Parts: sequence; structure tokens; C-alpha cells
Amino acid sequence: MRQKMAPSRALPTLAAVAGLAGLAFAQPAFAQASKPPIKIGVIGEAGAVAGASITKAAQLAADDLNAKGGVGGRKIQIFTYDNHSSATDAVRAFQRAVNQDHVNAVIVSYISEVALAVEPWAARLHMVTITPGAASTDISKHVHDDYAHYKYMFHGWINSAALADTICDAAKDLMVGPRGVKSAAVMSEDAAWTTPLDNEYLKCLPQAGVTVTSHIRFNPDTTDFTPIFHALEAKHPDMIVTGISHVGVQPTVQWHDQQVPMPMFGQSSQATTSSFWKDTNGATEGVITATAAAPGVALTPTTIPFTEAYTKRFGDSPSYDGYSTYDDVNIIALAVQRAGSTNPDKLVAAMEKTDYVGTMGRVEFYGRDSQYTHAIKVGPGFVTGVDIQWQNGKQVCVWPAPMCKAKLIFPSFVKLPKQPAG
Amino acid sequence: MSLFLQILIDGFAISSLYALGAVGFTLLFGVSGVLNLAHGSIIVVAAIVGWLAAGNWGAGPAGGTLIGIAGGILAAYATYFVVVRPIQTSRAIPRDETEIFVLTGTLLWGIMIQVGLDYLFTDNPVTMVPLIRGVTNLGGVHTPTNEIMIAAICWIVIGLLWLLVNRTRAGKALLAASINPRGLTLLGFELSRIYLFVWTIYGVLAGLAGVLLASFLGTGSANAGTLTASAFSIVVLGGLGSVSGSLIAAYVVGYLETITAYLIAPTLRPIPALLLLVLVVYVRPQGLLGRR
Repeated sequence: MRQKMAPSRALPTLAAVAGLAGLAFAQPAFAQASKPPIKIGVIGEAGAVAGASITKAAQLAADDLNAKGGVGGRKIQIFTYDNHSSATDAVRAFQRAVNQDHVNAVIVSYISEVALAVEPWAARLHMVTITPGAASTDISKHVHDDYAHYKYMFHGWINSAALADTICDAAKDLMVGPRGVKSAAVMSEDAAWTTPLDNEYLKCLPQAGVTVTSHIRFNPDTTDFTPIFHALEAKHPDMIVTGISHVGVQPTVQWHDQQVPMPMFGQSSQATTSSFWKDTNGATEGVITATAAAPGVALTPTTIPFTEAYTKRFGDSPSYDGYSTYDDVNIIALAVQRAGSTNPDKLVAAMEKTDYVGTMGRVEFYGRDSQYTHAIKVGPGFVTGVDIQWQNGKQVCVWPAPMCKAKLIFPSFVKLPKQPAG
Repeated sequence: MSLFLQILIDGFAISSLYALGAVGFTLLFGVSGVLNLAHGSIIVVAAIVGWLAAGNWGAGPAGGTLIGIAGGILAAYATYFVVVRPIQTSRAIPRDETEIFVLTGTLLWGIMIQVGLDYLFTDNPVTMVPLIRGVTNLGGVHTPTNEIMIAAICWIVIGLLWLLVNRTRAGKALLAASINPRGLTLLGFELSRIYLFVWTIYGVLAGLAGVLLASFLGTGSANAGTLTASAFSIVVLGGLGSVSGSLIAAYVVGYLETITAYLIAPTLRPIPALLLLVLVVYVRPQGLLGRR
């Protein structure tokens, strides 16, 4: 598969490849050289802000594990593919990973449409597959509804419905009480992952004390957001609750340039990586988004070391799916070790027993009794996600307390019903 | 009333930008007979060069704008010297097929640029810091001051172009080339120099459109095809080669899109203009002010 990377970003990869090649040559010297590597196919979106972290984080995870001698004496070998944000390309890459590169498991995509296109192939080819970034609830629903067939699929990121719930909880804690927010407009890109997200927003926002004044689903090809902001503003909501991932730069820059007086709150996937500040020339100041982890916040002992190692190697901080991908490589390798085999059925059984504390929290998968079979457990004690706000060029963790204490700061053009006390 | 004013203001800004982009496209066709289907890619090159210069190279918004325009000129020259000129002078291509070869050549060239930009810079849109920040209140409509400035710059540049074509000797030669190139050569004018001149003007206009678009809505390699298509639609609607027709058509398309986005749905934005285009092709194939 052709790799799509900027030269500056290709260099570390080249170095890593060279390093791996060196390891490969050095292998006969090791006692465990007879043990075959664990091969993991990683299908990411190198050209997308929110998807570029997947292949990078996977390589970093493999290098970290290999530096410690691998898992159970087996090295981790990563095969990367770029799907160019296309489901067709992803399926082709998946087939190639399975049939030509003979991988033992696959990590695929941040796009729900892509993960959903790959899912039947995981079922057909009996290949353990996990998506670190897609959010549609349909991914795990398929596993629940037809377990015998779809059991090879795992969902490694908070699903849209659960994501909406955490965002509503955060809205209640941050915006309703302290800021007097009573109403919101829901603004989401039209995509598979936002259908369950919006449905849940419309349910949980009123429960959090926020009236939904309007609900707009826009085409991800939209370039001019002025009419959308205008339509939202006409209903005078106190804030905008977002569901954006494929788009990010244009709505954010236009929100800032047009000085739309409502804060942007919700899920803005591109804003989860540090490069978004430069991408928007700082227009993201004040934007609040849910994400996996925040700089400087130790969700677990590995969160900060991972963020720092990733940022040092690739120049920008990982987007949310960088954390989940890093964890997924570890989860797969440990499952292979527990199963003592790469047999797909044994591997599925071992994956189901996962209890792993990774960079974004404690990962376990829901069982067959849950409607979200094989999706990661969400909630206290497991993965909860955090909310960050962009403040003076930095991502600052604002939710949940007590872990995240920073106070919200908004650009002067944002008007909220209440100023915080003190 | 506020909605009406909002549509009036937003439509004007976007239409002015369309006009700027389309004028160069139509001028190029009128003078040298070239339909440049790499148009959108050249606009995006200028936007990305401007963005790189303003940010990574530390040139700031104004410096980035100038360097971006220079990027547009270079991309236009590259198109002319690498693709168009060799086809026009090739002896292997029959005379009456040159136009179709140029059309195909520029189309493929545009795709090559687009894929190259995608490879190097991803297809995420780039945005430039506006030259003027802030918002102006126009009769109750909060309008970014940058938007007003963009409309003004577009009209100043179009005005300068009018002066150039109608009031200067070099400009009159352009006009003459569009009417009777053979006659011009008989008068001792070097046609290739006139072509280079029109490609330079084209590069400035496309480059300026690119950097202004980057500071207004943002743009990226994914938009190259749409930009070519919108310029092409405007030019066909206005009448191929007619500058004033293109100006009128730019406003028709710009306002039709804006009205659709505000009154019907933002998702349907480009549809009515495309329907109008189909209708024009049926009813008045030469376009609003076309001669051919």
C-alpha cells in the first residue's frame, strides 16, 4: 500500500523502519529468534488530522514493546496501510493484510463508515479486528446481533451514544450550573457516527437541563459555514454542541472570524491533536472537545510517558485515537500471549478476557449480554474520556473533576448568560 | 430584513471572489483559446504557498499573501510551459485537435497537482490569518471586516484589469489577440509574448483568488475540482471568453448559492446554479453575453 506522508513526517518512520530492519538482521543472535513475530496490520488515514495518529501510535507501541524484548518472547511487527479515508481502499488493504502479509490481527480507522465496511470482512476472513477511533454504535450492535459471525470485531473507542452521554454530563457540570447555560444548538456533520450521537444528544441534553433550540446536520463537504451559524444564531441558543470529525478547520476558523457569540462545546475530533492550533491559526482558542486524554493529566501511569514520547517523535501530540491505538497494540499482543496461539477463535476468547490498564484508562470489553458486545466499557473505573479546552495555544483539561481543575476561559466575543463567581 | 441583508452581504463577498477567479479563466480563453482545467489546482497551490509562507516561513499575513500570489504565477507558468506550450507547438498533434489536447492535458495536470498537494500537505483545508481582523456591523449584520476587504480588493483588481485591457498598449494587444491573432502577427507582434503576458495576468488573478479564499473560508487540495467546476460553470453561463458575461454570471451563481444555503438548506447550496447551467446550455448555449 502506498504511504502518504509529508517528508518531515516520513523521516522518523524511515528511521523506525531502518531500526526494525536492523532488529530483523540481528534476530538470529537472540535465543527467541525461533519464535515468530506477532504481526499486526494497521490501516489508518495518514492524510486526515484525526486519523494520522493511528499508524504512528501503533509503530510507537510496537517499538516500545520490542525494546523490552517483545511479548512472551515474540516481537511485534506492524504492517501499515493508508486507506485515504476510503472504505474501498480500507477493504483492499484489509484483504492484503490478511492474505498477503498474513497478519494476526488488524487495527483499523477512525471513520465509522470505514470500520463498518471492514467489519463483514473481519467476519468472513476470521480476523480479529479492532477500531481505535470509529464511534458508531452499529459496530458493536452487529457483534451483539450475530455473535457467531461477527465475534472477530472489537470496538476500541467510546461509542457515539456513550460519548454523547459524557458530553452531556460535562455540559451539566461546566456550562449549566457555573455559566447559566439553558439552551443549545446541536451542529453535526452528516456521517454514520453522528446519527447515534445526535439521537443521544437530543435525549441527554434536556436531561442535563439544556433545551435544544435547533439541530443541524450538514454535509461534510461544506466550505462556507456562515449560513449554518446564522441559522443557529437566529434561535439564540446559549451554546453550540458539536459533532465534528471529518471537518474541523473551516467551521472553527469561520466561527472565530465571524465572532459567533456561542461557545463550541462537544466533540471536535481534529481539535484533539496539538497541530490544530497551527491548522486554525489559533482560531480554536476557547473550543471545548471530548477526547481520550489531556496533556499533563495522568489518567494512568502510562498516559503522560506515551504523550511525551509520541510528541517527541512525531512533533505533535496524538489525537484521541493515538491513545486507543497504542493501547490496542498492547491488548492484542497480550491476548496472543494469553491464548498461546494466533488461532482466531482462541484469540477472540483471549481478547474477551482483556483487563488492561492502558494510556486512556482501564480497558475491558462488554460481553454478549450487553447491547454493545465487544465495545470497551465506558464509565467510572474504566475509560471515561476527558474534556479539554484550548487556552492560549494549549489544551487544558477541564473535565471531569477532581482530575481536571482548570477554569474555562472563553474568547471575548463569546457571550454566556453567567460569569463565573469569583 | 436582517436575513435579506445577510444574504446580500455574504452573497456579494463570495460572488466577488468567484468573479475574480473566473475573470482570469475567461481572459485566458478569450485571448489564447486555452480552457485551463488545472484552474482549481493553481488556486489551491497559491493558497497553500501563502499558508506556508505566512506560518512556517514566518512571512506573516501580508508577506504570505504576496508570496502566495507569486506561487500562483509560478504555477500558471508551469502549466503554460510544461503542458500548454508543448501541446500548442507539437507537430505530432493536428492543428484542429490542439484545443482538445490542451483541455485533456490541463485536466490531467490539474489532477497531478491535486494529488501531489494531497501527498505533501494532506487534503485538510488550510486557512490564512485575515489581513484585517475583527467584525464590522453592517446594518445589524456582523460581518468579518476581512470579508468586506476581500470584496473591495476583488473589485479594485477587476477595475485595474479593465484599465489594463482598455487603456494600455499591451492590454489592447491582448484584446486584438482575442479578435484576430493572425492580424496581430502581421503587425509585428510576437504572439508568444502576448500569451506569456496573459498567463502572467492569469497567474496573478488565480493566485490572489487563492490567498483570499484561504483567508476567507479556507481551502485545500480536496477543493481543487470544485473550484475548477465553479469557474467553468460561471464562464459557460456568462459566455465563453466574455469578461463582462463572467462578471454577471459570477454574481448570478454566487447569489443563487447563497440564497439556497440560507433559505432552503446549506447542503443543497450548489444545486440550483447547476440546474441553471443545464437550462442555459439548452436554451442559450452561447451563454449570457457569449459570441460563439
